[in-house]
Amino acid sequence: MSVTQASKKQTPLLQVKNLQTGFKIDGDYYNAVEGVSFDVDRKQIVGVVGESGCGKSVMSLSIMQLLPQGIGKIRGGEIAFEGADIAGLSDKKMNQIRGKDISMIFQEPMTSLNPVFTIGYQIEEVILNHEKLSKKEARKRSVSLLESVGIPRAKQIADEYPHQLSGGMRQRVMIAMAIACQPKLLIADEPTTALDVTVQAQILDLLKGVQEANDMAIIMITHDLGVVAEICDEVIVMYAGKIVERSTVDELFNHPKHPYTKLLMKAIPKMDEDVEKLATIEGLVPSIINMPEIGCRFANRCPKAMPECLSVTPQLGETAPGHEAACLLYDESWPENEKHHKEGVGLA
Amino acid sequence: MTTRDFIQDRIDSLENRDVLLEIQNLKTYYPVKGGFFKRTVGNVKAVDDVSFTIRKGETLGLVGESGCGKSTTGRTILRLLKPTDGKILFEGKDITKLSGSKLQRARRDFQMVFQDPYASLNPTQMVGDIIAEPILNYEKRNKKELEKEIKALLTRVGLPESAYYKYAHEFSGGQRQRIGIARALALHPKLIVADEPVSALDVSVQSQVLNLLKELQIEFDLTYLFIAHDLSVVKHMSDRIGVMYLGSLVEVASNKDLYREPLHPYTQALISAIPEPNTAIRKERIVLQGDVPSPQNPPSGCPFHTRCPMAMDVCSKEKPPLKEVRPGHHVACVLY
Repeated sequence: MSVTQASKKQTPLLQVKNLQTGFKIDGDYYNAVEGVSFDVDRKQIVGVVGESGCGKSVMSLSIMQLLPQGIGKIRGGEIAFEGADIAGLSDKKMNQIRGKDISMIFQEPMTSLNPVFTIGYQIEEVILNHEKLSKKEARKRSVSLLESVGIPRAKQIADEYPHQLSGGMRQRVMIAMAIACQPKLLIADEPTTALDVTVQAQILDLLKGVQEANDMAIIMITHDLGVVAEICDEVIVMYAGKIVERSTVDELFNHPKHPYTKLLMKAIPKMDEDVEKLATIEGLVPSIINMPEIGCRFANRCPKAMPECLSVTPQLGETAPGHEAACLLYDESWPENEKHHKEGVGLA
Repeated sequence: MTTRDFIQDRIDSLENRDVLLEIQNLKTYYPVKGGFFKRTVGNVKAVDDVSFTIRKGETLGLVGESGCGKSTTGRTILRLLKPTDGKILFEGKDITKLSGSKLQRARRDFQMVFQDPYASLNPTQMVGDIIAEPILNYEKRNKKELEKEIKALLTRVGLPESAYYKYAHEFSGGQRQRIGIARALALHPKLIVADEPVSALDVSVQSQVLNLLKELQIEFDLTYLFIAHDLSVVKHMSDRIGVMYLGSLVEVASNKDLYREPLHPYTQALISAIPEPNTAIRKERIVLQGDVPSPQNPPSGCPFHTRCPMAMDVCSKEKPPLKEVRPGHHVACVLY
C-alpha cells in the first residue's frame, strides 16, 4: 500500500518537526535525538531502522512522553498529532491521549505486563480509563479483543496471569491491549525481536491485520531490515540521532543512497546469495558526549568520506521522488559533487 | 574463481576429509524434581536421540528456535553437561565417559565461544590474564614469551596490543566477542563450538565477527560447530546445516541443498518465515500455528506433527528416523 496523492494533501496524522531530545549526563544535556523531522500519514506503516544507540527508541518515547523523568527531556521541536502540538501537554492531558489515540507496544512483553493482575483485568483497565463502560461490558470487550488477536480459549485466558502464557501469546495480549480503544497510531518498538522466527511471522501478520481492520497507522521501530521490507510503506534510517535517509520501502531496497544504508544492507548475510566476505563498517558510533557539532556524523566510518564531510553538515534532501538522503554526495548545491561523481569514489 | 566455485571446491575437498567428531544417538535429559522428597518426577528431553558427524575443517551449523536443544547439544559435546545416553567420539576416541584429569586433557582440543560477551568475561581480570588462563591450565610457560604470544593473538583477532592490560568493561560488544574468540584460540584447539556468537551484536559488528571467524578457520584449520537461531547467519557460515526441533534433528543437508530444496515441512516453514531484506521477493509464507510444545511433555510420534500443515495419522504414532533421501541430504519425515 503506497501513499496516494490525495492523502498527502491532508494534514498528516503525526508531524514531528526538528525534534531534539536530550539526556542529562553529569549536569549537562546531550542530545540523543538531534533535529529529527518526519510525517506519518493515516493508515501508513513507517519503519524506523538503525543500530543500537541511534536514537530510534528515544524518538518514540519522546512522542509518547515516556522519557525517564528528570533525565530525559524534549529540548526543542514540535510533535503535532492531528495538527495539535502535543509536545508541551501536561501529564493529565497526555494520559487522555496515551492508550486512546496513540498506543505503544514494547520489545519484552513480560516486563510490560503486570505479573500480579489477570490479563483480562489489565485490558479492562485500559478500556475503563478511556471509555464510559460498565465492568461487565469492558470484560466482554476484552474477551473479544483477545479473540481478534488470535488467542484461543479467550474467555479462560482472560482469567489467567501473564506468566502462564508463551512469549508470542504475551505479545498478542500486548497488541490486544494497545488496540483496545482503536488508536489512530500504534508505536511498536522492536515488537518481534524477542520472538522466534516462526512466531515473529505470526505477529507481523497479526499487526498487518489489525492495522487494516482498525485503519491505524504504525511506527515500526526495528533493527531488522527484513521486518521493514516485510510490512512497512515508508522507511526512516537513523544514525547517531539523526535521519540519514528516508524513502518508500521499494525505493530504499532497490536504490539505497546513503553510504550507511548501503553498508548496512551489505553487512547482512542473505538467504538467496552466497558471499565469502560480508561488508563491515569499521570504527564506532561517536559517543553522545563527543558528538561532532558540524559535519556528517558518519564521516569517521564512511568509505566515501571527503574532507568536506567534516566541515559541512549534510541536510536531508530529495534525491529521487519520495526519496531523501542526508549526504553531500547527493547534495546538488554542493559544487564539488560533480567532480567526485566523475572520479567514481565508490564503495569497494 | 567465483564465490560459487570456491564453495563447490570447498565442499568437494571436505568430502575426502577425516571425521573429527561423531555423535551417536546422543540424549541429554534434565531431570524435573518435584514432591516432598524432591524426587525426579519427569525429564525434560532437551536432546533426544541426535546423531551427526563433523569432518575436519568443516563447519556444521545447528539451527532451531529457542528450546529446540541446539545449545544443550553443543554443551554436551564439550562435556559441560553429562549426556544421559549415546556416544561422543572425538577423533575416534570415546569421550562420553571421561572424567577428571582425563577429561581435562581431552578438552584441550575443543573450546567454546559464548553468546553473551558481557557475561562470559571475568570483569576483575585483565584481558591478558583471561586469555592466558586456558594456556596456564595445561602448560608451564615463560611469562615474557606468553605475553608476546597473547599479544600476537590479540592482534590477529583485530585488537590492539594494548588490550592486554585492559579490562573487559573497557570494550564494546564486538571487541569483547573478539576477546572471547582469542581465548578460545589460545590453546590451538581442533574444534570450536560457537553458541550464538553474534546474536547480541549489531549487524555491522556482526559481519566483522563472522568474517573474522571465517578467516581464522582457514588460518588455524579449525572445525566449527556453529549454533544460531538466525538461519541466514548459519547459512553464511556453514558447509552443512542441521535443523533441530524439540530435541530432535529433523533435517541435515549441505547449505545449498537446504536452502534450495528444504524437505522437512518444519524447515520449509522456518525458511519461509524469515523476513528478507528485499522487497523484490515477496515470498509465499507458511505461517505455523501455535507454539513449540513443552519438551517436558513432547507429543508422541513426530515432534512436529502438532503444528505440521501436512500431518497425517501415522505422524502421531511413530517418530520417523533421520534417513538419507538424496546424496548427503538427510530428513526425518514420513513423506520421504
